[in-house]
Amino acid sequence: MAESTITGTRIRERRVERGIKQTELAAMVEISPSYLNLIEHNRRRIGGTLLLRIARALKVEPQVLSHGAEAALIGGLREAAGDGSAAAAERDRLEEFAGRFPGWAQTLVDSFRHGEEMERMVQTLTDRLAHDPHLAESIHEVLSVVAAIRSAASILVETPELEQKWQARFHRNIDEDSKRLADGAKSLVRYLDATPGSEADIRSPQDELDQFLSENQFNFATLETGGAEAVDAVLEADTILSLPTARELVRAFLEQYQRDALRLPRALLEQALDRVGLDPLAIAEDVQQDLPCVFRRLASLPADVAGPIGLVVYDGSGAMLTRKPLDGFSVSRPSGACPLWPIYRVLTQPGVPLRMRVLQPDRDARPVTALAVTEQIGPARYNEPPLVRAYMLLLPEPESEDAPSLVGTSCRICPRQDCIARREPSVMQEGF
Amino acid sequence: MARRVLLIEDEPNIIEAISFILSRDGWDVKSHSNGHDAMEIVRARRPDVIILDVMLPGRSGFDILADIRADPDLGKVPVLMLTARGQQKDREMAERAGATHYMTKPFSNAEVLDVVRSLVGS
Repeated sequence: MAESTITGTRIRERRVERGIKQTELAAMVEISPSYLNLIEHNRRRIGGTLLLRIARALKVEPQVLSHGAEAALIGGLREAAGDGSAAAAERDRLEEFAGRFPGWAQTLVDSFRHGEEMERMVQTLTDRLAHDPHLAESIHEVLSVVAAIRSAASILVETPELEQKWQARFHRNIDEDSKRLADGAKSLVRYLDATPGSEADIRSPQDELDQFLSENQFNFATLETGGAEAVDAVLEADTILSLPTARELVRAFLEQYQRDALRLPRALLEQALDRVGLDPLAIAEDVQQDLPCVFRRLASLPADVAGPIGLVVYDGSGAMLTRKPLDGFSVSRPSGACPLWPIYRVLTQPGVPLRMRVLQPDRDARPVTALAVTEQIGPARYNEPPLVRAYMLLLPEPESEDAPSLVGTSCRICPRQDCIARREPSVMQEGF
Repeated sequence: MARRVLLIEDEPNIIEAISFILSRDGWDVKSHSNGHDAMEIVRARRPDVIILDVMLPGRSGFDILADIRADPDLGKVPVLMLTARGQQKDREMAERAGATHYMTKPFSNAEVLDVVRSLVGS
């Protein structure tokens, strides 16, 4: 069901909710009651100023009536439906569901997210158990002592006419070992009790980094001019970070921020913006800095300076290091991204910047300009291929006649079936 | 002449218990308790059977086993590996590394005795 066909139903529901008669609303927005009736039964398309007038009369945001308010909800429902066959038959009624029962739909999405979160938590705990050297060592110790006790005890019981000397010796060994076993067992229990994350706060360090940066809007005014102590001050003032690893990630980010601010001070960047506009390559040339530095600096600007700017950074293995999303282009950390994104394609020709207009298939997606470039990590070495990091700057797309390149978000929820980059079947259908 | 078994294990009371059982069974038992120089001891002693712990200070039992198998003079000596981890992965690793037999702690004395006897027979 296309979005516009359900708008009428939403208008009707909001009107009834507010106890307004159809004739009253029609009068308020200056149309005939029969025309409003057609709209409410989804038999007339509606948009533009009439939608705005109706929204005003019903005291709701126009997007609530069109689609904006539900876009995220519907995306979430699609993910929640997954490839489960139970919901497959009703997949084409998903919008209707979200439109008619937004509360239930939200509850469903929330509980799906909660499930995902739990799954990740279990994964984290499993990893911790499997790779925890302290735990492995403790268990090894306990088992070794148990083996020694077992062995000595059975010698005492099973050896006929065991000499006094040996008896005393094995008794003593058992005594010693049982003491060690008691201590080992106690320390094991203490360790397991103290395992952090017994509360429901298991988040990865990357989650904390994301939250920290997004709450600060990727901008740290005190680092623009301050010295090394400014980084400490930012960290001390923080109330978000709980994991030591997350603090290290944040510290590394802040130190980079400070180095960048020194190389390309805010005032200089704004002058360059005035001279050449929001064109990162022209800015890089103007200020004589490399593109990754310019990208990072642009992403640190408050939205009122040059508009919203997104940035994603991956290392060579495809692990996401920085995630600053831009409205209209969705970048999620847990699910693998789309290999058509320029950030992946730039890896095949390190050093050559790419510029593409791209559009994701989601309903609330908008075309964006994506600029990608690699950055070499560490010094060059003879006969050693460079270690690279990939950057992708996301800029809102000005109106343009050119068709954008179609890219996805993640295969699982991408409706573009006929795609050479597809790695797994989608749970969605074309044209949904 | 008594058959010689070399026990490479770092837990002193396990050494004592196994040594006791095997000695009573007529074996000449020597023990060694770290990984660093285990190979030198193996070469010097020329045992008929080796009992080798996986987790040793200094060097892993798997590495020592690999060295034994790579040595043309020692290559065929039967090796019983002891470990505190029963996972399939460890068992596979032991088999790949060329262990003749694999036993997880805690083990029973009778089991150790049976296996060591059978290793020499084979």
